Amino acid sequence: MQDDAEMKEISKALHQLYDPVLEESVPERLRTRVARRGLWRPAAIAAGWVAVGLAAGVVAGWQLHVARTVVSAQAEVPGFVKRAAVAHAVYSPEVRHPVEVGADQEQHLVAWLSKRLGAPLRAPKLEELGYSLVGGRLLPGESGPVAHFMYQSKQGTRVTLYVRTDAVGNRETAFRYATEGNVKVFYWIDRKLGYALSSADIGTDDLLKVANAVYQQLNP
Amino acid sequence: MNDADSIVELIPRLRRYARALAGDRIAADDLVQDTLERAWSKFHLYRRGTDLRAWLFTVMHNVYVNQLRASRPVATLDEEMPELSQPSRETDMLVLRDLDAAIRRLPPDQREVLLLVALEEMSYEEAAGTLGIPIGTVMSRLARAREKLRAMLSGLPPGGGKQLKIVK
Repeated sequence: MQDDAEMKEISKALHQLYDPVLEESVPERLRTRVARRGLWRPAAIAAGWVAVGLAAGVVAGWQLHVARTVVSAQAEVPGFVKRAAVAHAVYSPEVRHPVEVGADQEQHLVAWLSKRLGAPLRAPKLEELGYSLVGGRLLPGESGPVAHFMYQSKQGTRVTLYVRTDAVGNRETAFRYATEGNVKVFYWIDRKLGYALSSADIGTDDLLKVANAVYQQLNP
Repeated sequence: MNDADSIVELIPRLRRYARALAGDRIAADDLVQDTLERAWSKFHLYRRGTDLRAWLFTVMHNVYVNQLRASRPVATLDEEMPELSQPSRETDMLVLRDLDAAIRRLPPDQREVLLLVALEEMSYEEAAGTLGIPIGTVMSRLARAREKLRAMLSGLPPGGGKQLKIVK
């Protein structure tokens, strides 16, 4: 039955339609998904947030010492804040590939990340503070996908906004401040979403200004 | 070759199947990404020496079924579809697109069987193993899929018995 003419024609047509996919270059997000896990597998998967810091094994001079951070984890700082700081430390020095989807495709980026997180997201506009959107990426969080937006000033300083869903407690919190290595983080939880705004480049006061602007835009 | 390399090598195959299954490029790559994440988290369940491709297709099938169940609303994305290959002389592009559209209208369980057999060229036995269903179910789903395709492409009600003509 498999050999009959009709089946052969269907098969031929499907190959004509879809074989070109085999020749397409594989998007970075799919390749890195495997490479990232591949390097750390299997023990590191259990290590949770450390997996985000794939580059730790590669970037020798990395200032944020993953091992020490894990051991000295302060109980009061939520896990997602550490993950946000690691993500900032890993991606913000990137010159060629700081983001997965660039700001030129902002609409697509926001729609894609909203879909993956299952929550309507927005990329705040920070031009008034001198920061423009570089783009964003999807990252693995503790229990699912998280969104990561990167902003850059004319001077080249960068801040990143890390957004996760299903924030524990579901309570609104005031801004809280934490540091991980040389990365400063302001974080807050607002209903379902947890936010962490990180930078290693600017002072606490400036970062707080950005955090305020982000908070106000997301909660008009 | 380590496990990661073996999987990376199979990504184009996963993408091709996902594209045919899910339709648009973004949804298909989301499906592949979810499949890869799940495959790694469940990799300890993979039995070495067995067909890795079949195992990954099983993972993708499970992810796909779960997504259908959750029936997440699909965000409308305006990314352009890639150009399809140039129509060859012997097959009319319009006919190809008609067939493609008809396959999309099949119920997901029938579409999966059809794609595994016709595109992935799995035997009935392999398709049954991949989907975790008996061979008899593969055969009956395939027969129903073909009957529906014939009906959709000819404009005749199912059971018209007309042979599908997609080649001039």
